[in-house]
Amino acid sequence: MLDEKKKPLVQVKNLKMHFPINRGILKRQVGAVKAVDGISFDVFEGETLGLVGESGCGKSTVGRCVLRLYEVTEGSIDIDGTDIATLSGAELRAKRPEMQMIFQDPQASLNPRMTVGSIISEPLDEHLNMSKAEKREKVGELMDAVGLARRFADRYPHEFSGGQRQRIGIARALALNPKFIVCDEPIAALDVSIQAQVVNLLEDLQEKLGLTYLFISHDLSMVRHLATRVAVMYLGRLVELGDSETLYMTPKHPYTQALLSAVPHPDPAQAGNIDRVILQGDVPSPANPPPGCTFSTRCPRAEAVCKQNSPEWREIGEGHFAACHFIE
Amino acid sequence: MTDTTNDATDDRKYRSLWGDVWSQFRSHRGAMIGSFVFIFILLAVAIGPYLWTLDPNYADVRNRNQGMSWGHPFGTDQLGHDMLAQVLQGGRISIAVGLTAMMLSLVLGTFIGVLAGYFKRLDGLLMRGTDLFLALPILPLLLVIIMLFRDTLRNMFGPETGIFILIVFIIGITSWMQTARIVRGDVLALKEREFILAANSIGTPSKRVISRHIMPNILSPIMVSATLGIATAIITESSLSFLGLGFPSDFPTWGRLLFDGTQRIAQAPSRVIWPGLAISLTVLSVNFIGDGLRDALDPRIRGR
Repeated sequence: MLDEKKKPLVQVKNLKMHFPINRGILKRQVGAVKAVDGISFDVFEGETLGLVGESGCGKSTVGRCVLRLYEVTEGSIDIDGTDIATLSGAELRAKRPEMQMIFQDPQASLNPRMTVGSIISEPLDEHLNMSKAEKREKVGELMDAVGLARRFADRYPHEFSGGQRQRIGIARALALNPKFIVCDEPIAALDVSIQAQVVNLLEDLQEKLGLTYLFISHDLSMVRHLATRVAVMYLGRLVELGDSETLYMTPKHPYTQALLSAVPHPDPAQAGNIDRVILQGDVPSPANPPPGCTFSTRCPRAEAVCKQNSPEWREIGEGHFAACHFIE
Repeated sequence: MTDTTNDATDDRKYRSLWGDVWSQFRSHRGAMIGSFVFIFILLAVAIGPYLWTLDPNYADVRNRNQGMSWGHPFGTDQLGHDMLAQVLQGGRISIAVGLTAMMLSLVLGTFIGVLAGYFKRLDGLLMRGTDLFLALPILPLLLVIIMLFRDTLRNMFGPETGIFILIVFIIGITSWMQTARIVRGDVLALKEREFILAANSIGTPSKRVISRHIMPNILSPIMVSATLGIATAIITESSLSFLGLGFPSDFPTWGRLLFDGTQRIAQAPSRVIWPGLAISLTVLSVNFIGDGLRDALDPRIRGR
């Protein structure tokens, strides 16, 4: 790996996103759901950073914060040298073309009242001054790029299958030639055969256009296949981040170990031989996370120190980070 | 790739949006019948008075309280006014009041509903305002408004236009609340959908998110409110006339004719039947048109 040559395109530092909880007649703030609680990571140019974790751990919130679809509580998000966490409306709008998003539910992310052509050309309408013919041509090119026939431009989203709808969403995200795309579980709502097609399409596009992805998913095998590096999240914090191969072969953090041991084995005969780490209990509420290490309530290796001190996020190997007291 | 069948020859014409809407609308039988009836009524009240040239205010005292005849197809009232001429003349005012008041309440209701639903900061203020209007007792309010403004408006715009503006305004500002509430609810639900988030991530400003993504998706409830609104407006105007607060007595409207007729319903049922039929047909046809339009504007229903 030529790690020295790579430069980070996206630098997230100490990102926090707390959603206030308001109760009572006066709607006073009585607490906050700490969906994302102080995470830092870099995404290098041209790579795919996989972000995995179980449901409700804040993966999607991170994705949305990174594009500033939410007003972040704290922290900085540098994309290509600009901190977008503090940009004002007009500056942010001018920055939008560089960063785009592909959504989880292709049905919900397309306006049912708009034709495919007008959905794909919405970014063009907003940011570029193109004539009608130019727009039509550009929409055609985008549809070619994602493998949709041009004649579908006048159809409506409900006339398409799930996979085709996701292609429409991808074409829309590509319209402004972005550098950085957040893929928020783009394959979770598709069936397996279509998942492969969409993932291959994403890979092809990355190769052709030099895209950088933040790939959010709970499908560990798909992330292993697609991602250069992988970050593991638990209850609003990162627990481990490292090269995809290193992390999958030698997971250090107990949570990562448990998570990876849950991946089903393709060979049923071998499946019985895996050492599964079965976690006890449920994920604590992000509105009231446990003191110290957030994973301490379920960790098989937890000791007294885990319940008091939050473990430091530190480098434990070449480009391999983790937050645990017991990793040397 | 199985889902990208690429036909090289595609000789279908490009579909235009309004072409699709029109063909779907045409396939809705109720809407087509409704349109014909409504157009017939519109034409009748627009050019009818030129063809049936009897003056609606000419009192033919020798022919009072007549039934239907060739000379007076709809009969005459207790002063000898020709009912057909009165219904035609009254329709002009009733339909004009109905349409304008509906438009006013729709615009007001949609505007307030969208603002309240989309901008969280305005929500509390606007919806409490809506509640306030809902809680106002309508009739005393009408009395006060009419007492206060009738003469001023009459002096400014003449007796007919003045009272027309006043009535449209009154009906408009007392009937927008339901629309506002329905629209707000729909906007709230719509705002959480991912395509709104997608528009935000593109950088579409709020005003275009509203016009491009929100408005087309709340058309159905607006359409329903609109068609019901016309009916309510015509009927409210009738009750105002009944209370003597509407148009002056020499300007017949359907509502006024109906209420004048009710006193002599036993002797001359035709005096109630014709204006009643006109109101019912108008309301019914407009409802059907609204139904058809709603279906035609929804791409998911279109083509079925």
